[in-house]
Amino acid sequence: MTADITRLSAATLAAELAGKQMSSVEATQACLDRIAEVDPQLHAFLYVDAEGALATAASVDRRRDAGEELPALAGVPIALKDVMAMRGVPTTVGSKILENWRPPYDATVVSRLREVGLPVLGKTNMDEFAMGSSTEYSAYGPTRNPWDHDRIPGGSGGGSAAAVAGFEAPLAIGTDTGGSIRQPAAVTGTVGVKPTYGAVSRYGLVALASSLDQAGPCARSVMDAALLHEVIAGHDPRDSTSLPGPVPDVVKAARTADVRGLKVGLVKELNGPGYQAGVRQRFSEVVELLTALGADVREVSCPNFTYALGAYYLILPSEASSNLARFDGMRYGIRLGDDGEANVEEVMARTREGGFGPEVKRRIMLGTYALSSGYYDEFYGQAQKVRTLVQRDFAAAFADCDVLISPTCPTTAFPIGEKVDDPLAMYLNDIATIPVNLAGNGALSMPIGLAPEDGLPVGLQVIAPPRLDDRLYNVGAAVEAALEDRWGHPLIEEAPQ
Amino acid sequence: MNTKVTPALVPYDDAVARYEPTLGLEVHVELGTASKMFCGCPTAFGAPANTQVCPVCLALPGSLPVVNATAVESTIRMGLALNCTIVENCRFARKNYFYPDMPKDYQISQYDEPIAIDGYLDVEVPTSDGVETVRVEIERVHMEEDTGKLTHTGGATGRIHGADYSLVDYNRAGIPLVEIVTKIVPGTGALAPEVGKAYVSQLRDLMRSLGVSDVRMEQGSLRCDANVSLAPPDGPLGTRSETKNVNSLRSVERALRYEIRRQAAVLDAGEKVKQETRHFNEDDGSTSPGRSKEEAEDYRYFPEPDLMPVSAQPEWVEELRATLPELPAAHRKRLQSEWGISDFDMQSVINAGALELVEATVAAGVSQAAARKWWMGELAREANDRGVGLSELPVTIDHIVRVEDLISSGALNDKLARKVFEGILAGEGDADEVVAGRKLELVSDDGALLAAIDEAIANMPEVVAKIQSGKQQAAGAIIGAVMKATKGQADAGRVRALLLERLPAEG
Amino acid sequence: MADLTREQVAHLAQLARLDLSPDELDHYNEQLNVILAAVAQVGEVAARDVPATSHPIVMTNVFRPDEVRPGLSREDALSGAPAAQDDRFRVPRILEEEPS
Ligand SMILES: [Zn+2]
Repeated sequence: MTADITRLSAATLAAELAGKQMSSVEATQACLDRIAEVDPQLHAFLYVDAEGALATAASVDRRRDAGEELPALAGVPIALKDVMAMRGVPTTVGSKILENWRPPYDATVVSRLREVGLPVLGKTNMDEFAMGSSTEYSAYGPTRNPWDHDRIPGGSGGGSAAAVAGFEAPLAIGTDTGGSIRQPAAVTGTVGVKPTYGAVSRYGLVALASSLDQAGPCARSVMDAALLHEVIAGHDPRDSTSLPGPVPDVVKAARTADVRGLKVGLVKELNGPGYQAGVRQRFSEVVELLTALGADVREVSCPNFTYALGAYYLILPSEASSNLARFDGMRYGIRLGDDGEANVEEVMARTREGGFGPEVKRRIMLGTYALSSGYYDEFYGQAQKVRTLVQRDFAAAFADCDVLISPTCPTTAFPIGEKVDDPLAMYLNDIATIPVNLAGNGALSMPIGLAPEDGLPVGLQVIAPPRLDDRLYNVGAAVEAALEDRWGHPLIEEAPQ
Repeated sequence: MNTKVTPALVPYDDAVARYEPTLGLEVHVELGTASKMFCGCPTAFGAPANTQVCPVCLALPGSLPVVNATAVESTIRMGLALNCTIVENCRFARKNYFYPDMPKDYQISQYDEPIAIDGYLDVEVPTSDGVETVRVEIERVHMEEDTGKLTHTGGATGRIHGADYSLVDYNRAGIPLVEIVTKIVPGTGALAPEVGKAYVSQLRDLMRSLGVSDVRMEQGSLRCDANVSLAPPDGPLGTRSETKNVNSLRSVERALRYEIRRQAAVLDAGEKVKQETRHFNEDDGSTSPGRSKEEAEDYRYFPEPDLMPVSAQPEWVEELRATLPELPAAHRKRLQSEWGISDFDMQSVINAGALELVEATVAAGVSQAAARKWWMGELAREANDRGVGLSELPVTIDHIVRVEDLISSGALNDKLARKVFEGILAGEGDADEVVAGRKLELVSDDGALLAAIDEAIANMPEVVAKIQSGKQQAAGAIIGAVMKATKGQADAGRVRALLLERLPAEG
Repeated sequence: MADLTREQVAHLAQLARLDLSPDELDHYNEQLNVILAAVAQVGEVAARDVPATSHPIVMTNVFRPDEVRPGLSREDALSGAPAAQDDRFRVPRILEEEPS
């Protein structure tokens, strides 16, 4: 029984909960059991909040038994990336510097989960401060890819993706600064969406790069992602960058799943020789599929995307160097080297030296340099201009297309340890996902098959114009339905148990 | 331990005879908004430590700032009152530096895009021969946030030197601050310290009249950094020193005066003035160097990505302009013209700190001449003797109104009125109580007056003859005698009338 | 573009309050130069007349009304403090007042 529950989609689970065929406590307990069973190997979770999750589940069950009308996802368990502040629950952001920090407040995303009644199973592993593409930079050890435990689950949100792919949770919250939702989704055969910048509140999301960060849903199906998107999106007055106005009807779009007559642009610069053969093969099959489904696929060029990676690795470290200044051992988190002799400056430097891992320090140094006087124009200033050019490329492409597509990443999951000491090679993983963060649009990644050479999942990236996130779900659901028709089942069911 | 070396000082007059001072003033004003700049925490002064804090102003991971609308409006109004151009598009920036009183380890401020630029304040500087108006040009007015409060503990003195550790209260962190920076103020010569003081004083009046801040220097809601440099006449600008946190009007003047004397000594010795931050010592009026830095701090400013730009559309600015009250300078001009008095008389009222009282007294129905006469005469002298402000005297506007009523009804004359005030100042009660207690009522009984008049007429036949020949001005001698006989408690006007009745002109 | 020197790297570490070991200084010196050489490609773009983008989606005048909202209790405020005393955050001694 328990094993079956964990394999249900969130939509099915929600329907069974609503029909009282199952209680939220049962569903939550099933997930907790599954976590206890597989997480010692996967290490998707940094903290499991069994008590809190079951309390929420019991409360939802009581309300439902009392005849209360509840939102669709009430009672459906969820995993939360450890970057989100949750009152009373350890929030480490994958860093030693915040070891044992329990926030005295909730992120807006967490408040929404509480309002709707999703039991939060726990906090998922991530690259420290969301800096990384493999979850190997977590201070608490790497997460493993459910498809192959010797491979990375992507990053920074490897924990959330692995939790969903490993059937530990039907849903998870991720955050995406340069691909941290989409790349893990691609390499774990799951669905991940980075909504338009500002669609989901950043209040309570521990900032990496403020102008790039965006929270979004991780799920095993496009519809599940849409259901979660609906819960977490919407204007928040506590986030000055939060978009006002209504959220597009993403659930309706996922039900529509119709690409007939849709103009789909294939981004020339986000495909080609640098991409693994199996990735290219699956991608071109999807292009054919879209054409067969009635879409009008054409190639578009975004020449400035070539410079996006460079701009990103200047903007991100710059903002991060400032955002991470507050971790100085004075108000929260650990404090190191306070021996009664050292002055405040020395204690701050010792705390940060010992509390941050190598990738975080690397990026802080890089950002400090890029912002320093005399170099600002050359680096940060120039990167912000490239950002404008990337936006213009998107605008030009969307003048002719309704959505754009590309592979989500150049390769399938790589072996743990392969790139951990080679920052540049690691950064190249995000080459196809980064332009979206620079420009602010929404994008989705979904599984489109396994690469023939290694049998690992390949992801398709769908990109929509800013604010029109519903298009992602329409296209994603259409492709998903056609592929599952062909395969006879969702791809994730091919994952080894 | 650092031993304090008192540098040689040049006598002030010599210093300004040899060198031309150039001023620069940076004033921080804490706005009197209900909530902080970027969060909803209250801003009340003196609350128990760390009770006015939230995730935002404690910089908890994940928290985000949101701009206080009233703070922006107040800043625009301040800019307008300082005759600034309001910049149509401006942004917030992050100023990055580590310090434990700054929770984010960066300050949200404005850098290359302040909200208001290029203004001025015409400052009236009192001098030995009247008033000189000096135009102080404003470089920029920008928004930022205040820091928390540090208490240095352990060690002997509670000062930063020798402290074992410090304690931080973040109640003040995030309170809106507006920084007003002047352009350099050249050419003030020996008057420089007075110009500095008058500028801060008149800026304070301006902020108060706008209602944007309580501008209490003693509570730190107005803080001043005073910069000055010296140069030989017609020489290029000298290197300036920046004296931080000069927190009273008198200190502004003292700090500038001290720095001019100190820098003159340095230059006289053929040395160079160091560009440095200095601290002002209230006790002896000296300044001392702060930590000297080998290189300028690199604040790594960049646009604050958590906040959107501010767009001060002209319509909005005009709406705000319409809310400006009559500003102090215009207000003074209007009063002067209403009262019809000279520049000199007006400045005397201002210098005596009597403007508000005189204005209120006039508003209560007293003539401007009488109001000025009382406040600027006996009362100003008394306040000066007591070393207090006029408003701290026990005499109120109501007292003056009553005394003037008694004068116009003929119950008192000027001379008696002075005695009434004497009594009020001595704590003998209100005007009526003093009049009763000291028996100061004018003699209003015509019979008694006529008796005194008749006696005087009998004693001064030659005067009587003059009056009767039509020389009414001769009546003064007789009136004087009557006043003397009644010990001043007669209404001179009534005496004159009765006398002229008694002695109608012949012919 | 000239490579970063070890002294520059040490200065950056000081600015960023990172007490790097000598080995780390060498290591980051080398890595930063590799990364900088790669990201310097942004300089190849002719962008003199291109405006900078600091926010992906720009809005203006995003303000909140000047209203007091409940904050944290003092217990919550101090709950994460590595050291506290007299209801305040306790921090190591401060060398000297920083000009602000
Ligand atoms: Zn606050």
